[in-house]
Amino acid sequence: MPATSTANRIVSKLTEPLLKVKGLKKHFPIRGGVFGKTVGFVYAVDGVSFDVEPGRTMGLVGESGCGKTTVGRCILRLIEPTSGEIWFNGKNIVELKEEEMRKLRREMQVVFQDPYASLNPRWLVKDIVGEPLVVNHIVSTRTEIKDRVLPLLTRVGLSEDHLNRFPHEFSGGQRQRIGMARALALNPRFIVLDEPTSSLDVSVQAQTLNILKDLQSELHLTYLFISHNLSVIKHMSDTIGVMYLGKIVETGAKNDIFKNPVHPYTQALFSAIPIPDPERIPHRIVLEGDVPSPTNPPKGCRFGPRCPRASEGCDGEAEMVEVSSGHYVACHLAQ
Amino acid sequence: MSELLTIQNLKTYFYTYAGVVKALDGIDFGIKKGETLGLVGETGCGKSVTSLAIMRLVPDPPGRIVDGVITYKGEDLLKKSEEEMRKIRGSRITMVFQDPMTFINPVITIGDQISEVIKLHRNLALKSLETEIENLKIKASSMDKESKEAQEIFSKIGKLERMKDLPPKISRSRTNELALKHTIEVLKLVQMPYPEKIVKQYPHELSGGMRQRAMIAMALSCNPDLLIADEATTSLDVTIQAQILLLINDLKKRLGSSIMLITHDLGVVAEMCDRVIVMYAGVIVEEAYTKDLFKHPLHPYTAGLLSSIPRLDIDANRLEIIPGSVPNLIDPPKGCRFHPRCKYAMVICKGEKPPMIEVSPGHRVACYIYGQ
Repeated sequence: MPATSTANRIVSKLTEPLLKVKGLKKHFPIRGGVFGKTVGFVYAVDGVSFDVEPGRTMGLVGESGCGKTTVGRCILRLIEPTSGEIWFNGKNIVELKEEEMRKLRREMQVVFQDPYASLNPRWLVKDIVGEPLVVNHIVSTRTEIKDRVLPLLTRVGLSEDHLNRFPHEFSGGQRQRIGMARALALNPRFIVLDEPTSSLDVSVQAQTLNILKDLQSELHLTYLFISHNLSVIKHMSDTIGVMYLGKIVETGAKNDIFKNPVHPYTQALFSAIPIPDPERIPHRIVLEGDVPSPTNPPKGCRFGPRCPRASEGCDGEAEMVEVSSGHYVACHLAQ
Repeated sequence: MSELLTIQNLKTYFYTYAGVVKALDGIDFGIKKGETLGLVGETGCGKSVTSLAIMRLVPDPPGRIVDGVITYKGEDLLKKSEEEMRKIRGSRITMVFQDPMTFINPVITIGDQISEVIKLHRNLALKSLETEIENLKIKASSMDKESKEAQEIFSKIGKLERMKDLPPKISRSRTNELALKHTIEVLKLVQMPYPEKIVKQYPHELSGGMRQRAMIAMALSCNPDLLIADEATTSLDVTIQAQILLLINDLKKRLGSSIMLITHDLGVVAEMCDRVIVMYAGVIVEEAYTKDLFKHPLHPYTAGLLSSIPRLDIDANRLEIIPGSVPNLIDPPKGCRFHPRCKYAMVICKGEKPPMIEVSPGHRVACYIYGQ
């Protein structure tokens, strides 16, 4: 195993990133008044940049409302970004026409958080998993669909007698596997995993995470793993981006971030996680107050109003600084 | 420490079209005075039903408490009338739920909702009388004791003291005023910012963390003996969760209430609880002091659960898993309910339900590996 992972690393060093996001912004307009005029914006994502190398996992972590899901959806162009560039495999997909985008989506798939809402309750499993094949005119006859769907189901740990069942007959973990089989149907290279295990119990979560890791090494998949659960992010990712209020505040290799978190928000976030070890005395940095509203984000450093180490210098916009190789932090104190 | 509440052989079934769901199938445990007890387990293991049964809030139909005894202060809660129960609920035993938005009335201000609890359960007439006596005493202390006026005040105090057994009714506006004052006090206790402003606000104007604080304030407004927190921090972000957990711990020390913490997050358990009960498919499989449980988990399910969580403090390439999923409680497995998923399963596990055995002081487990 170590030999292959080193080999992978060398390969990925040589290759270009599969996905490059540059200055991505998404501002949702707020409409009000009688004529529905735009009265303001929700600055959901406000200048996010990162790269994902082929075969690796990028973890996006942050609290609710930090814009991590919006980033995932913008990358697939399920919502149109306001500005910024998204380079996938050498193409800027923001400029692609709808027709070209649809073709490209064969290579980019998504697994959603809620396995109850993301599967059509009136469809059989074989139709759900086979739909991507049908809409892309890859298969047409029933037997062909079955032949293609069955290996997908076995790959995620389901069997032949699950083919002709409805989603309500499955547990949450099994449904999430159906969602995964559907995402794999078109042999994608890149999958956005948007909180895939948040609604699952821990024992089922462990099963799901193991399957995702196996699939990645077998099929050389690239993941964007979005989660609010830091332990899960740490388990799954190679590189990590910590988001706060629409911006990435710290990004870098997993070990750099977890061993040496630099941004005060990252430090507070890590210290807030309860560790399942009663002998350990937590050194907790408890943040005051709540995350501010993204309609009117604080001026300068967005974390400023809650930051335990904020000083007068924090009024200006915090630029990304490289603190060690590949480890970037947006904090005035790191400069 | 003495037991505040004990549960014996509690059985709660739900009668559905598909069959009888045995959500709780004979559980026994006790909560001591002033302790924090954790109740852990996965979805459908019966931890929430246990709390609903204690509060006598199991929806009937389809649910029914079919057997068992819940002793609180020497009396069986299951034998109490609805009226007696209403006096206990919300004042002696209170509950904080997972999703505050579902349990707070969205069209009534926070202040009015907390005041309502106080008006129902606190003797505000008595409180009004006491404050009046207090005020008179302060007035008298500044006067010359021999003077005629002071004598008059002293006789008035004596008169009011005698009325304490049956305090006179107070006007509605006075009740509201006192309740509001008390509401602001409890909101201050839960460290709510600007409580005077918050009491006039509606639930939707508050953030998730503040709503949860309001719920906790409501639950604590009558100094309960037992606070049941049912996944109280699950829907919150970790930094907000840290604030709330700190608050609950702080309040427990100050008010001396017992806490029953229902959660699936073993990290929260490790941090908050004195003792833990692990439930699986409607039965208790292990009961231990927190330190013992995390150091030496005895039941294979507990051990599996502990090793299947990704950890921040330990690097692991693959997670240990418990194969399969939680059984259907309409037709649960015979014998030990965990045996179809257990890697140590023996023939005996399929026969009779394993009894609870005490392996070391305070550490009990229901598993045949540790003898019969």
